[in-house]
Amino acid sequence: MEKQAAQNVLTNVVIRFCGDSGDGMQLTGTLFSNLSAVLGNEIATFPDYPAEIRAPQGTVGGVSGFQVHVGTGIYTPGDEADVLVAMNPAALKVNAHALKPLGVLIFDSDLFEAKQLEKAGFKTDNPFTELKLSDSIQLIPVPLTQLTHDSLKDSGLDNKLILRSKNMFALGLICWLFNRPLDQAIHFVSDKFKKNLDVLQANTKVVTDGFNYGHNLHLNISTFAISKSKDLAKGSYAIMSGNKATAWGLIAASQKSGRNLFLGSYPITPATDILHELSARKDMGVKAIQAEDEIAGICMALGASFAGDLAVTSTSGPGMSLKSEAMGLAVMAELPLVVVDVMRGGPSTGLPTKTEQTDLLQALYGRNGESPLVVMAASSPDDCFHYAFMAAKIALEHMTPVILLTDAFLGNGSSLWKLPKLTDLPEIHPHIAPESLKGQFSASSRDEKTKVRYWAFPGMEGFMHRNGGLEKDCVKASICTEPKNHARMVATRAEKIAHIATVLPEMEVEGEKTADVLILGWGSTYGHLLSATNTLNAASKRTALLHFNYISPLPKNTHTILKKYKKVVVCELNSGQFASYLRSKFPDISFLQFNKVEGQPFKVSEIVEYVETLF
Amino acid sequence: MFTAKDYKSDQYVRWCPGCGDHAIITTLQKAMAEIGIPPHQIAVISGIGCSSRIPYYLSPYGFHTIHGRAAAVSTGVKVANPDLCVWQATGDGDCLAIGGNHFIHSVRRNVDLNVLLFNNQIYGLTKGQYSPTSPRGVVSKSSPFGTVERPFKPAELLFGAGGTFFARTLDVDLETAKKVMIEAVKHKGTSVIECLVNCVIFNNGAHNWISSKEDRSDRILVLEDGKPMIFGKERNKGLVLDGWDLKVTTIGENGVREADILVHDAKTVDYTLHHKLAMMQGPDMPIAMGVIRAVPCESYEEAVQNQILEVQSKAKIKSFDDLVNSLEHIEI
Repeated sequence: MEKQAAQNVLTNVVIRFCGDSGDGMQLTGTLFSNLSAVLGNEIATFPDYPAEIRAPQGTVGGVSGFQVHVGTGIYTPGDEADVLVAMNPAALKVNAHALKPLGVLIFDSDLFEAKQLEKAGFKTDNPFTELKLSDSIQLIPVPLTQLTHDSLKDSGLDNKLILRSKNMFALGLICWLFNRPLDQAIHFVSDKFKKNLDVLQANTKVVTDGFNYGHNLHLNISTFAISKSKDLAKGSYAIMSGNKATAWGLIAASQKSGRNLFLGSYPITPATDILHELSARKDMGVKAIQAEDEIAGICMALGASFAGDLAVTSTSGPGMSLKSEAMGLAVMAELPLVVVDVMRGGPSTGLPTKTEQTDLLQALYGRNGESPLVVMAASSPDDCFHYAFMAAKIALEHMTPVILLTDAFLGNGSSLWKLPKLTDLPEIHPHIAPESLKGQFSASSRDEKTKVRYWAFPGMEGFMHRNGGLEKDCVKASICTEPKNHARMVATRAEKIAHIATVLPEMEVEGEKTADVLILGWGSTYGHLLSATNTLNAASKRTALLHFNYISPLPKNTHTILKKYKKVVVCELNSGQFASYLRSKFPDISFLQFNKVEGQPFKVSEIVEYVETLF
Repeated sequence: MFTAKDYKSDQYVRWCPGCGDHAIITTLQKAMAEIGIPPHQIAVISGIGCSSRIPYYLSPYGFHTIHGRAAAVSTGVKVANPDLCVWQATGDGDCLAIGGNHFIHSVRRNVDLNVLLFNNQIYGLTKGQYSPTSPRGVVSKSSPFGTVERPFKPAELLFGAGGTFFARTLDVDLETAKKVMIEAVKHKGTSVIECLVNCVIFNNGAHNWISSKEDRSDRILVLEDGKPMIFGKERNKGLVLDGWDLKVTTIGENGVREADILVHDAKTVDYTLHHKLAMMQGPDMPIAMGVIRAVPCESYEEAVQNQILEVQSKAKIKSFDDLVNSLEHIEI
């Protein structure tokens, strides 16, 4: 390939592809991300798509977007795009806000005509003025529709199929723009379409023509190279989405613990990919049942847990509501169970495809009676693997339901994942009843120090017992309504969960440890909060960061750390749920709040802007 | 060899004196002994309601779960460990009201469960509200002017859901009860036994028409696969087809011979006749008891297991490390 002249080397760049739901924007974005990762860039992706499968073409309701942040030192998918690719006027209308003032807008000029502008709800024939786009934005009109037609006129494909390849023309063009070798792009396109030779050939041609178009025209912007990552440790990586990483963490835990993996689940956005992934893993012996409803999903899992499996149910907010009674049974029966909640905007059906951290209080308290359990959260797509593994480990070793909170942002997003080996992962020792309890086992048999109940399941001779949702006698485990016994059992179940804090890693402060201001967060906001902390410190606004993955119980040293800071600001994508929880635990600490409930992740800039007001 | 005692727990049975559930549990313990599966290989899963207390009174593994969900929990138990013998205990409210969805879906999947559906046509534990099987017009605490709802017939739901096994028994006919329990365990798939039981406190006498000893043999027909549908004190009444309907006829009258009487075929896939038998009601027709339907079919957990074995036999990925290596590696 010819060397391109006039390259700017960037440390990172944000590109956002947007178009109709049927335009293949998710695919285009994914292919670009994957080939960038292969070239040694860090990536973080953020699909932003509508709940409607196919809203009317050209309307704002059907706009689907995919943002990717490529480069080095990448912790988030980026606040705003350097380059926005808009396949039609509606896509521009929905995404214009996400383009930097000095950004580049590439759009399909064939579709910026009267009819399409009207469909998108523009009142004039100049959408750019109407959207008040900054004058400094570079407009790059490309007749994508016509060019794709020209490219495939001899392909024998019908018009509909030809139009579907428009996204590949855009991909070729972006590859040229960012100096991605054409053969890499073709490699990924070939892999994607290997099952349909006609489409494969067509798309290969269109990608090539898109690339050459950029080259031949020397589009009136400089081309960019993106610097390779220096931050990543040497080793083998793969691109991993959060939902897949979650599924694989559970598979790893199953192998490590020697307990079969069982999933009971019901399709729900944005968690369904976990069901898909585990259903596909029959080679690993996973038993995944698509249940008749959310309640059946968790109840089947609980049955499997009763029978000795590593049992999991996966869902999102509305499903969590339906599962709460069965979670209470898991608390009462003290059975291991992992509940994965891929959070989305709520309440009710809410914003099914958008991200939020609004299920925290539901996870902590959303059951009848005193029903403590473990709540934890992952903080990046790739660490969903680690936290899913740990959720299973804690459930099996401490005989408790564990709620793992991820969200749409993590579940659908991807990042580079350092490939683990099974031997390098921590051991898991399920709390199975020892032989010494044979013949004298009851559902109340427990380790008196840790309060962890012993696990015995059908098939084990000499350990027959009756378990259930009624309060049990603390020794014999028979039904018992005696007042003191109930008080003791309530305390025992609480102590068991509290004791888990002794095995959790201690919290570590990042950024300027001795600063006065502490940014505090949990779960998926980690990348944004870390980037904000780094930005503030770079501007000599000394800031520390404390980020939580374990929420119930909290790590032991939490209070010791919090006491050191003059100003603690809890940043979260809800109206202050973690802040309320922390206030209830640490009434002596004063917590400030920075909240956003828009169904969208934070922007680094808005956190920085807020924290600056504290100085 | 086991005896009924081996299946009893040390717990005092706390059902009301005279409750029909006592007879069913005693019979169940006898049936379990006769089947001979050791207690540690048995799991008894129940929902909520009077009858759902049954796991506490039995020695095998037991799980008293939440209202309506026993079918889902049992499914999880059986799929996780297909070697277990799984019993599910449920009442008419638990199974057909709050648990209706799980009931039809476990039946549809044909999970190998043995379901004891205790039907007393009333909510007992909550002290006397009408249930989905209460006849229209029943006066209860929640229907002081008589219920205006039409009842479910459990068999109809089962047939509609593609069920493979349905039996019916009565709390005072322990011979039939034991027989159908044994048949239920033999059957691979969801075996539903509708146990008509009497609630002495809130619905006393609901099944009186068939429970009185003197009239019972004239009012019930105990079906046996491959045998003619004959009943009555004199064993001279039988069923014949009259057009599309079943009709009671008397052997020896109007030239009717035993050979004219319908022979029961529980194994036939078409449930038309099973449905007609299950829906029979007095006073013109006898109530059908025994195994009404038992159609051989692959069970769900078997299918799940077989699919896994088939995929594994061809799979290149055998371990977690293989799985990780199957990804496209990016070397940094």
